[in-house]
Amino acid sequence: MTVRMSKAIIEVADAKVSFAAVRALAGVTLAIRPGECVGLVGHNGAGKSTIVSVINGGLTPQQGSISGDGEPLARYGINAARARGIRCVFQELSLCPNLTVVENTRILHRQLGGLGWRRRARLVIERSLDAVFPGHGIESDRTVGDLSIAERQMVEIAMAFSDAGIAPRLIILDEPTSSLDASLAEQMLAHVRRFVASGGAVILISHILHEILATASRIVVMKDGRIVAERPADAWTEHGLVEAMGSVVKGEAHRRTLRDLAKEPVVIAQTGRGLPLQAKRGEIVGLAGLAGHGQTRMLMKLHAASTADWLPRRDPAVTFVAGDRRLNGVFELWSVLKNFSIASLHDLALRGVVDAGAEAERAGEWKRRIDIRTPDMANRMLSLSGGNQQKVLFARSLATRAPVVLMDDPMRGVDVGTKQEVYEIIRQEAQRGRTFVWYSTEMEEVCLCDRVYVFREGEIVAELAGDAVSEENILAASFKGEAA
Amino acid sequence: MRIVDRLSRAPWIWSWFAAFLVWFATIMVTGGASTLGLSQAALTFAAFSIIVGIGQMFVITLGPGNIDLSIPATMTLAGTVALKLMDVDNAMILPGLVTAILIGIGVGIANYALIKALRIPPIIATLSMSFIVQSAAIWTNRGLRIKPPSFLADFTTSTTLGVPNVSLVALVISLIAWFLLEKTVYGRWISAIGQSMPAARMAGVPVDGTRFVTYVLSAVLASLAGYLLACFSGGAALNMGTEYLLMSIAVVVLGGTAVAGGDSNVPGIWGASLFMFLVVSMLNTYGLGAGIRLIMTGLIIISVIMLAGGRRPGVR
Amino acid sequence: MKLTPSADAIRLAIPALSLAVLLAAVFWLQPRAMSYIGLNLLFNLAVPIALATIAQMLIMSVNDLDLAMGTFVSFVACVAATFLRDEPLVGILILAGGVCIYAVLGVVIHLRGLPSIVVSLGMSFVWAGLAVLLLPAPGGQAPEWVRSLMTMKPPVAPMAIVASVVIAVVAHLIVMRSSLGVLIRGIGGNQRSVERAGWSVLAARAAAYGLAGVFAVLAGIALVGLTTSADANIALRYTLLSIAGVILGGGEFIGGRVSPIGAVIGALTLTLAGSFLSFLRISPDWQIGAQGAILIIVLALRLLLNRLENREKRR
Repeated sequence: MTVRMSKAIIEVADAKVSFAAVRALAGVTLAIRPGECVGLVGHNGAGKSTIVSVINGGLTPQQGSISGDGEPLARYGINAARARGIRCVFQELSLCPNLTVVENTRILHRQLGGLGWRRRARLVIERSLDAVFPGHGIESDRTVGDLSIAERQMVEIAMAFSDAGIAPRLIILDEPTSSLDASLAEQMLAHVRRFVASGGAVILISHILHEILATASRIVVMKDGRIVAERPADAWTEHGLVEAMGSVVKGEAHRRTLRDLAKEPVVIAQTGRGLPLQAKRGEIVGLAGLAGHGQTRMLMKLHAASTADWLPRRDPAVTFVAGDRRLNGVFELWSVLKNFSIASLHDLALRGVVDAGAEAERAGEWKRRIDIRTPDMANRMLSLSGGNQQKVLFARSLATRAPVVLMDDPMRGVDVGTKQEVYEIIRQEAQRGRTFVWYSTEMEEVCLCDRVYVFREGEIVAELAGDAVSEENILAASFKGEAA
Repeated sequence: MRIVDRLSRAPWIWSWFAAFLVWFATIMVTGGASTLGLSQAALTFAAFSIIVGIGQMFVITLGPGNIDLSIPATMTLAGTVALKLMDVDNAMILPGLVTAILIGIGVGIANYALIKALRIPPIIATLSMSFIVQSAAIWTNRGLRIKPPSFLADFTTSTTLGVPNVSLVALVISLIAWFLLEKTVYGRWISAIGQSMPAARMAGVPVDGTRFVTYVLSAVLASLAGYLLACFSGGAALNMGTEYLLMSIAVVVLGGTAVAGGDSNVPGIWGASLFMFLVVSMLNTYGLGAGIRLIMTGLIIISVIMLAGGRRPGVR
Repeated sequence: MKLTPSADAIRLAIPALSLAVLLAAVFWLQPRAMSYIGLNLLFNLAVPIALATIAQMLIMSVNDLDLAMGTFVSFVACVAATFLRDEPLVGILILAGGVCIYAVLGVVIHLRGLPSIVVSLGMSFVWAGLAVLLLPAPGGQAPEWVRSLMTMKPPVAPMAIVASVVIAVVAHLIVMRSSLGVLIRGIGGNQRSVERAGWSVLAARAAAYGLAGVFAVLAGIALVGLTTSADANIALRYTLLSIAGVILGGGEFIGGRVSPIGAVIGALTLTLAGSFLSFLRISPDWQIGAQGAILIIVLALRLLLNRLENREKRR
């Protein structure tokens, strides 16, 4: 398909974005022209969500420039992007679940106001729904909260394509078919092709490679915040894409000693829709795959199966290291000391009363062992750097007597030095017989594990052990090839 | 903003300071003549606020949305039933006390059952319970005003070494509460749940058990306060608890407990309770009526909460 | 695939059904109530309660709660019985000031992220104090026009029913059909999305609170019209009643799911419950308790219904 050399709807030049210790974008240049569908492909941490946030105005790059229709844009934000016809469909719900489809359309399109707006809004959304998903059967007077997940996603997608005065020019679709069945997905992709053919532009992010190959005009592969390859769609194959996502072969590969754990007892097991999961004593089991494909849910299930809500357990069976510190890890009002000891209080208390001396001693031990950098353990937790906070969360879990440690991508956003220290401690603890179930979005960490379960679309699709634990295999399993 | 910073780090100092200011202002008007009387009255009346305030503080520390609106009704029911049981007989004092505590335990269990089993938000659960409990109180209190046993009537209205007995009771309860919060595992658990329930759960804290105990504790403290108040007032009136609902929340907020949960403050409750009583006295001394008093109380609460700020960013 | 009526209609069924059942029971116990005058007596006091319930509903639709409703309505009643009658212009100014204060509260709560429970608690003291200053003892007199409005005798149905229907219709039009209502409820449902769509959340919240103030003012005026005089404590129970009415009517605390028609039905049901219990010769001691029990039963039923709904959805 020929791409007319018209002015780019939006062009990002050399964008750099960093979040604390993490380089989300390391200089990305991307231009989207009318009449093209750009497929964006990459593993975790590639920078796809970040570049998309920059394009739709949600994020301002620390370095780099943005221009639209040929002119540089000094002040660019969500409203400016909307005004230029840039729409975005994310994975999380952006509709108001308590409003009807028509009412949500009214919220999205501010200019629909005035007498008789309901009729106008209904026309707008129904026209779009009919265009994208013919035969959809969704009544626009239904409350969004009562729709099924697939129907909700259909409505979100139709909203993005809807035209209530400002015609959409560039639509960003981030994993749009994740809740749609095959026929609905095909309908949507067909509409994308029609839209693009009539001069619109689409950015399509998907882990289903055959969909991208069938719909995109140009495919961009990202890794570690950079664009590593960019070619027209017909120059790619599935295998080529997977290969491009992998890293350049590094001279010094991780040294993972293969351990023979065949004789060890199974300490934790869980069955689900896909393959069953089990871990042996002393094993480091990795949960891999694209972020958000069921790994955290599995960890929660494992945790819930062995913990009590009513009476405290004297001997905890599992312990949990949080990755989303603010959500389920750190106690913001407390000191480092209290954050450390909360999970092992029973060992530090006599008849319900906390032994302050024992607590301080144990904390001091772990401070040395894991090298928590703070002048005083009684300082506020939030005074620590992110990496050190994560170390405290580790110490919290490791200080308990639980034989199984569940880890929910705890190294995300942590600096390299801290990571290496923690890997060493994990290795030591595993030698001593502790079992780790480790969900990580970083390929290198997953490759440190003895055995890896790859998740895709909510279930375990592959189990890799020993030599089979490699980036190639994990990538291949994470992305969906031809529909079987 | 430095002053605000320092204040926010030790908010309980502020409430004591304010209480002292008001005490001083009141004394000035009467030329020092009423110092002892005023101080004793303050300690006496504040004691009841303190006892229910501590219960409310424990519940509020559990996190946003947790509040106990059944306190006045529990006070009334406990006072009514206990007095009826004791029937002016000194020998029945202990059974009376035990009954009051049992009532508190019952209400607390019912409250948490509604919250947990029926998934009713605490504000509505405790509200509904308060309706039911109030009705029970009305029904048991068939018009007759039964006096308290003479020993209790004396005990609650007299002093030991110049300090009113009821405030000594409040002091003992406060010390126990402080100990629970600062030194025990239970205290850590409450604070953890208040800061982040998901984090607490993942750290192995028994969330449901802790919350259950806390709601029962609040109800028991309320029934204890009702028991003492009924003896102090010479009988259980059906509206004896009314002002204590807003008062229990007010002294918690003014005393520096974080409304968003996770941080509690026992000394602050003392300062705030004394302050609330002294403000009322001062306004009365200066001849200002009930209307002004109410308005002042409201404005004080609002100013304090505005200074203290609200939810931490990111918490809904 | 519409086999079942819309979920909103189902949610309305519980309060409507309970009202119908309760009404039938009342008629069975006291056949004389089945008359024009009887109905008017039964539902008279429901009119101000319904207005207060709508006000509370508006606050709940943005995920907040107003614990000052009772004292504010009492304050308005005192103003209506004094200024509104003797110096109408001043009275109107005062009431308009009250509405403005409500709007300002909405803004402050949003800007500082304050818990609405504590702020409204403080305000309840302020309104109570103002009411006591106005009328230290019961007194005052309702303005003539309010009195005649509340005691009208429309032909087919009694004033109480007509007024309730009007209130329900007007509230429904504002909250469920207009753009402003959609915006307010949208904030309750997903504030971030509404903000990202470019709306001013601050203005919308101020509008929600301001509207609530207006309805609360109407409640106070209506109340005085019925009771002819006022006192500072006349509407204290309205706080709890209004919250209960919203919940009974299918509304929820969080998520912006409210129903004006349901709220009015809830208010009617609560008012009726009192009369029902006295007809049952249940001692008035238990009437308050019965209201609590009704609330619990309705919420338990709602939980059951939600569980069934979820099971249906998963099939």
